[in-house]
Amino acid sequence: MPALAGPFEDSVAKFANDEFSDTEAAIGEVAASGNALASPIISALQDGRLSADPDSKKVFITQTDGKIVDATTGAAIDKLPDNAAAVRLNNRLRRTVEAALGGLTLLSPDPAKRLAAAQSVFKSHEENLLPTVESALAKESVKPIKQAFAEARAAIVLFKSDASDSDKLDAVAVVKARGDQEALALLTGLGDQPPLVAKAAASAVSSIQSNLAMWSMVQNAWYGLSLGSVLLLAAIGLAITFGVMGVINMAHGEMVMLGAYTTFVVQEVIRTRYPALFDYSLLIAVPLAFLVAGFIGVLIERTIIRFLYGRPLETLLATWGLSLVLQQAVRTAFGPTNREVGNPSWMSGAFELGQITITYNRLWILCFTLAVFAILLAMLRYTALGLEMRAVTQNRRMAASMGIATSRVDALTFGLGSGIAGIAGVALSQIDNVSPNLGQSYIIDSFMVVVFGGVGNLWGTLVGAFTLGIANKFLEPVAGAVLGKIAILVLIILFIQKRPRGLFALKGRAVEA
Amino acid sequence: MLTQLTHGIATMTRRRALAATAGLVLGLAASSPFAPAQAADDTIKVGILHSLSGTMAISETTLKDTILFLIDEQNKKGGVLGKKLEPVVVDPASNWPLFAEKARELITKDKVAVVFGCWTSVSRKSVLPVFKELNNILFYPVQYEGEESERNVFYTGAAPNQQAIPAVDYLMKEEKVKRWVLAGTDYVYPRTTNKILEAYLKSKGVAQDDIMINYTPFGHSDWQTIVADIKKFGSAGKKTAVVSTINGDANVPFYKELGNQGIKATDIPVVAFSVGEEELAGIDTKPLLGHLAAWNYFESIKTPANEKFIKEWQAYTKNPKRVTNDPMEAHYIGFNMWVKAVEKVKSTDPDKVIDALPGIEAPNLTGGTSKMLPNHHITKPVFIGEIKGNGQFDVVWKTPGLVAGDAWSKELEGSKDLIGDWVGKKCGNYNTKTNKCGGQGS
Repeated sequence: MPALAGPFEDSVAKFANDEFSDTEAAIGEVAASGNALASPIISALQDGRLSADPDSKKVFITQTDGKIVDATTGAAIDKLPDNAAAVRLNNRLRRTVEAALGGLTLLSPDPAKRLAAAQSVFKSHEENLLPTVESALAKESVKPIKQAFAEARAAIVLFKSDASDSDKLDAVAVVKARGDQEALALLTGLGDQPPLVAKAAASAVSSIQSNLAMWSMVQNAWYGLSLGSVLLLAAIGLAITFGVMGVINMAHGEMVMLGAYTTFVVQEVIRTRYPALFDYSLLIAVPLAFLVAGFIGVLIERTIIRFLYGRPLETLLATWGLSLVLQQAVRTAFGPTNREVGNPSWMSGAFELGQITITYNRLWILCFTLAVFAILLAMLRYTALGLEMRAVTQNRRMAASMGIATSRVDALTFGLGSGIAGIAGVALSQIDNVSPNLGQSYIIDSFMVVVFGGVGNLWGTLVGAFTLGIANKFLEPVAGAVLGKIAILVLIILFIQKRPRGLFALKGRAVEA
Repeated sequence: MLTQLTHGIATMTRRRALAATAGLVLGLAASSPFAPAQAADDTIKVGILHSLSGTMAISETTLKDTILFLIDEQNKKGGVLGKKLEPVVVDPASNWPLFAEKARELITKDKVAVVFGCWTSVSRKSVLPVFKELNNILFYPVQYEGEESERNVFYTGAAPNQQAIPAVDYLMKEEKVKRWVLAGTDYVYPRTTNKILEAYLKSKGVAQDDIMINYTPFGHSDWQTIVADIKKFGSAGKKTAVVSTINGDANVPFYKELGNQGIKATDIPVVAFSVGEEELAGIDTKPLLGHLAAWNYFESIKTPANEKFIKEWQAYTKNPKRVTNDPMEAHYIGFNMWVKAVEKVKSTDPDKVIDALPGIEAPNLTGGTSKMLPNHHITKPVFIGEIKGNGQFDVVWKTPGLVAGDAWSKELEGSKDLIGDWVGKKCGNYNTKTNKCGGQGS
């Protein structure tokens, strides 16, 4: 240790010991030091930008702009020593860091930092921060942050043993108004309180709970919509190949998988060549996945399926074999382990709507599914190809007599169904494993949706998917995930007994074709 | 599915069925076993029984490569008893009955001296009768639910007291956890492990209300409801943790949902028993910082033996990014134990090797020496690691010494008096109360 080192330098040097207990002591001492470098040191520690040289006991901050400074003096240096390593943290220390940083950044000029600080103080309710919180509260002009400071103050007061009853009752009211799960956690974890406060807290707890119970119904409905959108996305391609063409395509799931692997390849190329484009990777992957899966779909139709029209059993066996071939081919090409497909920034995280959390990836998938559905519907309704497709599936011989090249339409229809499955793969890569088995987990669900909704009707598939999704999510909290799934299957079996053609049965002569 | 298909085939004419199944056969051919190599008398054959296709291929393919790598290294050192080792690889294709068939093929047709294989408990249970009947040796490298000790099987993975119980102890002591979510995939390993953990937690004074148990189907991908439930369960004012026995494939969507719903390890830590370096390779781990895993080995542990192993493994697979994991280390230990036992008795005769194995010691990769116990389990250190941003683990805690594997859990009513002892008692389920061999299990 250098001879002239003062206490701040001693504290900082403790980061270099690589012992969790020393790091914890160093955090406390640095935070309490009042030194201007305290806040940069601790935020660097939180982000893994604080490194230490175990031999010289020197500690360095890598600033967010890449410059490196000595943590004790703030002097810039050229490069990190070779044996410097990032200071390690464990969960207990991360909490300590959050609490310390909360104290240090309460008065930060950056509003986002102040809000984060207020929230971390609400969780840690560190008693000695009360004066700082109060002065921050008095100075604050941004309304939501002021609210957060008021809640942080209430949390501290509630845990302060010498606060007066009336202060505490006010604090309970503030926390009750917050009304979320963290407020609930705080109020239920209060411990011993004067009888009056305990009573107010208990009534606040029950009011928050009943409010949250109501929100949980909304939450279930949202989860149901979200699950329904995934089911719809997976099934929509099948609604074309199976629903419209009548081909039992067991390799449908593998088209989804190929779409997911296309996304992976696109992201790999972007990562290595054009990292700035990463946020657009999914937009680039969508048309490519459509083309890859669509092309393979056309190839399958031309080489295998066209010889098997009208022979459902043979089609079933052949496409099932094909699904195994495709799986093994992907396994050989990409390896058996999961491949990492990243979430672009606009697909990560969540926002709060009332008391429910809505994750961005689920929201975007729902929008995307509805868009795909609308485009497909418009295509079938308004384009020449759509017209030909409908003509061929309704009456093949008549369509042929009218001069439609039925075999070309068959190939294109199958390609369209497969291409849409490929697009589904792009979306599913955001929420599921990208592995050779990806498709298998969706094939049963897809058939279920198409059969339940009514074969040959796209609207049926839409309604079927959302009905099953919502029913599943309302059953799951009651029956558990395993029983919930079984219950859904049983319900579908019973429903099919009653209405063998599904929700939206096709009527007329087309049915007999 | 299969019965429907056979029924369908039976109703068709033979020629048509053949034509139609062409695609099917083609599909199976791609996953069919390697052709058995020509027998040569101057080699010792080693069977490898790991799925190379189907659901479990994701985990088991690496273990096949591990044994091939270990055999290669051993042959460079001159083999065993002056003979080269010859691997025989078969593919049971994640199909449990096929495991038994392939095991029989390895033993009777290829005449292997030992088999390294299986991952899921159900595949192990499926081959047990074959190994007993044909008297051969199986090395099983994966952590499992315990409650078993067989003469022909050597368990080199962790028993519950070498993984689950120390992990719970860590959370209780270091994170002061008071409320527990036991989440698992719905099959035998999570169910038994959770039964053991529930009994253990209750014996430590945890109330029934503070334990939530949740099971999900294989490959579960929609975790929204369960993650929301965990969040709700965790807002009761007591420190909460999740003990996860969720199986490999379902983990990625589970962790993604946790990250997206903003559950951080500092609020509700998740400790997993089936998530290793291989599983993390498929996810961006930055939102998972600080979530935990309990294993007997981590790739990030810095010992000379481990660094050498990783270097040679990456050179062998010609992939400088290839990761190592816990079951691989289990195979490393098991393989070396088998080599030592064979060299000790100068024979590959299964009876002699089985008798020689208990007491054999072999170095593990984390700086200690593991020992084969009379109950056919081994001693191992237990590590708790936190997930880092780069897909590796940072060890934050370890047991002071090696922990001996218990074949029978001391926490469960039905098994607490049982021991496995193939040296003195010659019995896998000896009841120490009644002094009789037999009882539950085998």
